[in-house]
Amino acid sequence: MQFMLLFSRQGKLRLQKWYVPLSDKERKKISRDLVQTILARKPKMCSFLEWRDLKIVYKRYASLYFCCAVEDQDNELITLEIIHRYVELLDKYFGSVCELDIIFNFEKAYFILDEFLLGGEAQETSKKNVLKAIEQADLLQECTFPV
Amino acid sequence: MPAVSKGDGMRGLAVFISDIRNCKSKEAEIKRINKELANIRSKFKGDKALDGYSKKKYVCKLLFIFLLGHDIDFGHMEAVNLLSSNKYTEKQIGYLFISVLVNSNSELIRLINNAIKNDLSSRNPTFMCLALHCIANVGSREMAEAFAGEIPRILVAGDTMDSVKQSAALCLLRLYKASPDLVLMGEWTSRVVHLLNDQHMGVVTAAISLITCLSSKNPDEFKTCVSLAVSRLSRIVSSASTDLQDYTYYFVPAPWLSCKLLRLLQCYPPPEDGAVKGRLVECLETILNKAQEPPKSKKVQHSNAKNAILFEAISLIIHYDSEPNLLVRACNQLGQFLQHRETNLRYLALESMCTLASSEFSHEAVKTHIETVINALKTERDVSVRQRAADLLYAMCDRSNAKQIVAEMLSYLETADYSIREEMVLKVAILAEKYAVDYSWYVDTILNLIRIAGDYVSEEVWYRVIQIVINRDDVQGYAAKTVFEALQAPACHENMVKVGGYILGEFGNLIAGDPRSSPLVQFNLLHSKFHLCSVPTRALLLSAYIKFINLFPETKATIQEVLRSDSQIRNSDVELQQRAVEYLKLSSIASTDVLATVLEEMPPFPERESSILAKLKKKKGPGAVSVELEDGKERGELNGGGDRGGDAAIAASNASTPSPSADLLGLRSTAPVSGTTPSAGSLLVDVFSEAGPSATSAGVNDDGFLSSAPPTVASEDPAPPLPESDELLNKFVCKNNGVLFENQLLQIGIKSEYRQNLGRMYLFYGNKTSVQFVSFNTTVSCPGELQSHILQCICTHTHTLLNVQTKTVEPLVEGGAQVQQVINIECLTDFIDAPLLNIKFRYGGALQNISLKLPVTINKFFQPTEMAAADFFQRWKQLSQPQQEAQKIFKASHGMDTEVLKAKLLGLGTALLENVDPNPENYVCAGVIQTKAQQVGCLLRLEPNAQAQMYRLTLRSSKDTVSQRVCDLLAEQF
Repeated sequence: MQFMLLFSRQGKLRLQKWYVPLSDKERKKISRDLVQTILARKPKMCSFLEWRDLKIVYKRYASLYFCCAVEDQDNELITLEIIHRYVELLDKYFGSVCELDIIFNFEKAYFILDEFLLGGEAQETSKKNVLKAIEQADLLQECTFPV
Repeated sequence: MPAVSKGDGMRGLAVFISDIRNCKSKEAEIKRINKELANIRSKFKGDKALDGYSKKKYVCKLLFIFLLGHDIDFGHMEAVNLLSSNKYTEKQIGYLFISVLVNSNSELIRLINNAIKNDLSSRNPTFMCLALHCIANVGSREMAEAFAGEIPRILVAGDTMDSVKQSAALCLLRLYKASPDLVLMGEWTSRVVHLLNDQHMGVVTAAISLITCLSSKNPDEFKTCVSLAVSRLSRIVSSASTDLQDYTYYFVPAPWLSCKLLRLLQCYPPPEDGAVKGRLVECLETILNKAQEPPKSKKVQHSNAKNAILFEAISLIIHYDSEPNLLVRACNQLGQFLQHRETNLRYLALESMCTLASSEFSHEAVKTHIETVINALKTERDVSVRQRAADLLYAMCDRSNAKQIVAEMLSYLETADYSIREEMVLKVAILAEKYAVDYSWYVDTILNLIRIAGDYVSEEVWYRVIQIVINRDDVQGYAAKTVFEALQAPACHENMVKVGGYILGEFGNLIAGDPRSSPLVQFNLLHSKFHLCSVPTRALLLSAYIKFINLFPETKATIQEVLRSDSQIRNSDVELQQRAVEYLKLSSIASTDVLATVLEEMPPFPERESSILAKLKKKKGPGAVSVELEDGKERGELNGGGDRGGDAAIAASNASTPSPSADLLGLRSTAPVSGTTPSAGSLLVDVFSEAGPSATSAGVNDDGFLSSAPPTVASEDPAPPLPESDELLNKFVCKNNGVLFENQLLQIGIKSEYRQNLGRMYLFYGNKTSVQFVSFNTTVSCPGELQSHILQCICTHTHTLLNVQTKTVEPLVEGGAQVQQVINIECLTDFIDAPLLNIKFRYGGALQNISLKLPVTINKFFQPTEMAAADFFQRWKQLSQPQQEAQKIFKASHGMDTEVLKAKLLGLGTALLENVDPNPENYVCAGVIQTKAQQVGCLLRLEPNAQAQMYRLTLRSSKDTVSQRVCDLLAEQF
């Protein structure tokens, strides 16, 4: 996977994760173009599209669009389920997740994503194991370790 | 505020986010942000040391501001400080900031690396994971330099926690992708491969991404992974849906891992070990079987996960391309999906079938779905699905369905989305060219294309149609007629005007016989479009006009008037003005001969890489198209399709036979017709009489036979000439330029010119592959018994590496490159056998050894001779000895069209004499063959019998061998 974007129906970017080195300018341009392209599509359309030399896989959950860019040989359907699993993780962690949770706790959304995907590949697909890792981290919140 | 705020909750941050959300305008937001930035800056700069919590909060705010899309130019140092905090949550925010706002400030990187190093050696798994995540997120070269040695150790160490192993595997993958030179697996290879056997599914899932990437780059080193992957896959596929506990996803066991295992196997050919292969085939069959079972859940996640595996399995089946049974089953399965109610599945089925179409085992099975696919093209509501349908039609197209598919694509073009029109146009153009059996269909298709989607017809497309028309003699008349008709439309696209201008300028003469398309009518039609066209088109039209002056002297006055008009000769555009001035001058001062030479018909295009195909490749990226070609069922079928050396074995085995496929540019052309009109007759007015019967007494001067063995040193004997080399030779009797030979690897184009008894031939050797040819060596020799006479060939290689005499350097022809060779020819006396051209080179290790006949025939040394009827008959009678005459009666093997016949006779090199034969149906010609030893006068009479479809050809010359040879050569041409 090359990158993942979360954005609202109004086109506001809520989360961006880049797995390939790109300049800030390129990232902004890509996000802008892609958000526009996807928002212009109708609801019943297919979840995949060719975009530049990448395959875009996206799905809308309530007010949020989840969008992944994968390479030519990558599997679209399994990417769609990557998105779904991430949504499930957020949902489980926040309890009925909504866009506001991701806005106000954006750092948590990033932490959960890092446990699930790393370097653009699935690191741990078990929901239980990902959440366990996050909860352990939460328990460590205020503990101080000897240096 | 969200209902849940786990963890420590930074109140200040939440308040700030709320403020931003409450901003009514962009300006208000910017104002609020600037206020906050000022606040944070003062806190960071303040005298009072900040506590960890505040530092974390401000760093987090900066991060939020950055993610909103604003620039952040400070705070990095504070974030780095957080990395060494002993509070987990502060460290975590520090790492997040660094991961998102990586800065290649080297001073900072050193500090960051230091902190990471500490955490990696802390032996605290949570800290180690944080550090590894940071490396994986940043992935910079500096980090690879610092950690690429350490991480493999962590990955394979026995005491590393599973979660750390998972992070280490993917961290290494990211570093490998960014700096492959720095990640050396070496001693770790085998232990990394064995992670496929790990008990922990999460470890396998993470490790397989790394192994797949490494395998694709170094397949040999990692090939032991194949059997491990197969057994792992087999265990998953055969497990019950509950066996894998949390790794089962909506009743599908380990879908991510299954897909990755199938993907890994695609880095390798089918397993050699029979048992492993059997087990794998079993897995693939099980996966195909499961697709037919009723779903275990109605949830889309269930079917998506299941089908993800199915599609990956089909990809593997296609990759192997060796199990006809599985391929056909895959195709049937996809056929079901083509009509599925889920748009996603229809999309993927169309996409996947595209690759199936290129397998010879499943090509036919794919073709059975043509109606469904055409229907999808017409009815799908989503443009990206329609695009896939168009791609599939393109992929499944072959000779049997080309007309239907091209027609459907053309009709779709009328309403197609603007975003895909250009690509559709390219594809239609390519299919039309590739599968053209009759070229009138090709011309019709391209002109339709211009009519329907003129704006999207790129230059490459209309250049190509012109290239083909110029190189295909048999379509020129039709093309001229068709463009003439197309131009009748009151509004026609400018591209049509370009094509029309070019073709009429070259071949308008072929339709000029019809009073409805007489020269002036043609000119007026073109000129009526002139004022509506852009400058480049006008420039092209001006060139067409000057060509008209040459083709049709009767138009000269009209055209000169146009050129002379102020709007041309004083045109504000420099190019147009210059053309007008030059053409006007040329037409007024040049003699007919000079004009005819300058404005001679364009020579055939030697280059064969289809310009359209190149364009499509550029558009789609090299990958997309090359896959279609390399896997192409009918290899080499694409005319000029730039076969890359993808399949060396097949290419090599076919190397010595030209591809049996359609060949637009000439090889298998029907009778070649050359429109060139040698008009040097006037130079030789009196030569004929000298070469009359008296000249025969000059006799054959044996001493005069010169020969110079061409420079040749070759380790292997030249191959015998190809069986079809005579046929190839015959192609060039009446023309001088064209493609002499072509196979999968090599194309040889020829351009030649002759004057008196001298000739110069340019040979163009084009490497059609992407791989270089080594030891490229060509030799020209005169065959056996003729060793001692006839032709003197002096070979000069322009390619300096090709020094055949010394052979100290290995001559190379780079992939896609063309080298030129010049051969000077001197005809010493008349001859029968053509010289042999032998080409040797190594392609991918295999020696290619090809011998051809060089198209040098005695008629090349003809000088045309004009003469009046009385002269002709007088000379004819003088040559009445039986041995001076050669005659053949033969059946017509091509049409008996007058224009074509005339063109061929002119191409032979003789003068075509009008009003000589009392029967206007007959043709008589005269010429003198120029050799160093003597000149041989030659008269010719061709009597067609249209009813019987027969010809009688009679040759008389002062030399029996010449009469016979010219008669033999020419008889093959009709």
